[in-house]
Amino acid sequence: MDFIELRDIHKTYHMGDVDVPALRGVSVNIAKGEFVALMGASGSGKSTLMHIMGCLDRATSGRYWLDGEEVSGLSADRRALVRNHKIGFVFQSFNLLARTTAIENVAMPLGYTAGHLSERQARQRAVEVLERVGLSDRMRHEPSKLSGGQQQRVAIARALVNRPPLLLADEPTGNLDSRTSEEILRMFRQLNESDGITIILVTHELDVARYARRTIHIHDGLIVDGEYGEAGQAGGQSVPQPATGGAT
Amino acid sequence: MKLRRTMRAALKALRRNPMRAMLTTLGIVIGIAAVIAMMEIGAGSSSQLKKSIASMGANVLLVIPGSTTSTSGVSQGSGSTVTLTPRDCEVMAAECPSLRAVAPMVRARTQIVYGNRNWVPNQMVGSTADFLEIREWAVAEGECFSERDVLNSSRVCVVGQTVADELFQGESAIGREIRVNNVPLRVVGVLARKGAAMMGMDQDDFLIAPWTVVKYRISGSTLTNANQSASGGSSGSTNTLSNLYPSDPPSLYPEQSDTQAQNSPMLVRFTSIDSIMAAARSAEQIPSAMQEMKQVLRRQHNLRTGQEDDFEVRDMAEMTNTLSSTTMLMTNLLLSVALISLVVGGVGIMNIMLVSVTERTREIGLRMAVGARGRDVLRQFIIEAVLLCLVGGALGILVGHGGSLLVQMFLRWPVETSPSAIAAAVLVSASVGIVFGFYPAWKASRLDPIEALRYE
Repeated sequence: MDFIELRDIHKTYHMGDVDVPALRGVSVNIAKGEFVALMGASGSGKSTLMHIMGCLDRATSGRYWLDGEEVSGLSADRRALVRNHKIGFVFQSFNLLARTTAIENVAMPLGYTAGHLSERQARQRAVEVLERVGLSDRMRHEPSKLSGGQQQRVAIARALVNRPPLLLADEPTGNLDSRTSEEILRMFRQLNESDGITIILVTHELDVARYARRTIHIHDGLIVDGEYGEAGQAGGQSVPQPATGGAT
Repeated sequence: MKLRRTMRAALKALRRNPMRAMLTTLGIVIGIAAVIAMMEIGAGSSSQLKKSIASMGANVLLVIPGSTTSTSGVSQGSGSTVTLTPRDCEVMAAECPSLRAVAPMVRARTQIVYGNRNWVPNQMVGSTADFLEIREWAVAEGECFSERDVLNSSRVCVVGQTVADELFQGESAIGREIRVNNVPLRVVGVLARKGAAMMGMDQDDFLIAPWTVVKYRISGSTLTNANQSASGGSSGSTNTLSNLYPSDPPSLYPEQSDTQAQNSPMLVRFTSIDSIMAAARSAEQIPSAMQEMKQVLRRQHNLRTGQEDDFEVRDMAEMTNTLSSTTMLMTNLLLSVALISLVVGGVGIMNIMLVSVTERTREIGLRMAVGARGRDVLRQFIIEAVLLCLVGGALGILVGHGGSLLVQMFLRWPVETSPSAIAAAVLVSASVGIVFGFYPAWKASRLDPIEALRYE
């Protein structure tokens, strides 16, 4: 069984009396250590898919295994635990706590489940991760004193502080200029290669998706391309295949 | 451990927006300060009120002798037997812990004369200095007679304002000698004005002298003549001498000479007094005081169990009721004022917390995304609210206490620090935090992380 396995995931939103299908039967396998880009136009369902993969939301139907554990039927509290232990999030708008130093921002997730860590150990861990993302000289700065790229790096450090095997990035370069974007994307690739962290990158830009080793295209709630990746296939990008409509 | 961490997180969150935290706290500060100030000022006024009502005699207990019914069935009314003695009074003072003071009372009603003026005081009482203490009656001028004056039956007296006005017409009364039933009494003090009593009786139309004087010299009890050890070193001859004017009807029986009196000594002095007045230490202690007095008196009077009391102990039920209902009223008033200000403060807290939840929707979404469960968020917000309330409560106590001290200093209002109000304020501010912080916190914990993250 792969690290991430989605089987026939449906998601329907109820808008008043109308049912709006966002995902119409998505099945995806992602192996451990993959660097996947999730591409699609806005409204295609890629954000919904990411939310379900990130255990932020539950599918209307279908099954989802993450790291060998079926998470599709978990309660909200259990999903929070899974998010805390296994998933790191990076958002387009950074979502850092204002007027809070970088260290405290990074250490924040540790406060929820890492009860075994003392305050000092937690800070120590935050410092280590911040050093990894190259912010050792800016640890005591508040987000307002940091550039966009630095803020995003703090956010990445925060996502990594729990040492999750999976990193979900939702348009991480959407608010950054191209030079900074490149830095951030290189950092993702480095994390993927040296630490073996599985990374799923949600984007609508081809330039960004090119950093990933595999691209999944989603259109109108169906995966049109890149459905079955090959875990062993390293280095190259996925070969474009003719779109054939979704379903198992 | 977990709690401490949440607490620290809450503190950090509060520190991130000090202005908002301060405004929130301000609501509680005002609420608690109002409560504390109202409580302290109210408690001061209340105890002052109690004191004034008590000075009207609410705590006073009266012991009067019981009634007799003759064999023909004619009741003589209360006080028709003579059973109380000065000894009862002394024992009561020594053995009843609920009593503040005990005084014997002997009554008389006669004319008093000074120079060419005369007057009949409404009340002429023979007692001890404790009587004034029981009635909480201050001496305005001069001083009261002493215990020694009572023992010596010194011819001294203290008069009320009305008597002083009538007899001395504005001159100083101190040191003047008035004649009461032809017994010269030196005025040693004038009492403060007390005004009319509840039934309209002029309380200042009053004269008090040592009870021994009233009993033995003024009321003209024959016991004085018979008593060998009559005080003041003057035996029967004193009375004949003090009769300056032969107003008394001639005695039917020849008076005993000193020698005759000495030949038939009266060893035991069966002295009776009209009634005993006592004051309980507080209104609450009246029942226990009455119980103790009854026990002492029954023992003193050698009454067997089952035998009826030969005395009656009375309290001023009307005044006591007034006192307790006034106290109750004040307490309720204070309580309602306190509750209103706390509700106002609490609603303020809730408002700001709700605004805070809305403002921090994204933060809540983020916290949930990184693994905070609903109950973690709930706990964090409740702890924030409680922290705010506790800090606000502490500040409120200081401000309220300071305020009441200022009121005391500048307005001269009576103020009483009440530790119970402070304890209640702390407790209440914490519970206000929990109660009014719960709804916003619950709202925050129910947020959908996706929606929250997307919130602008």
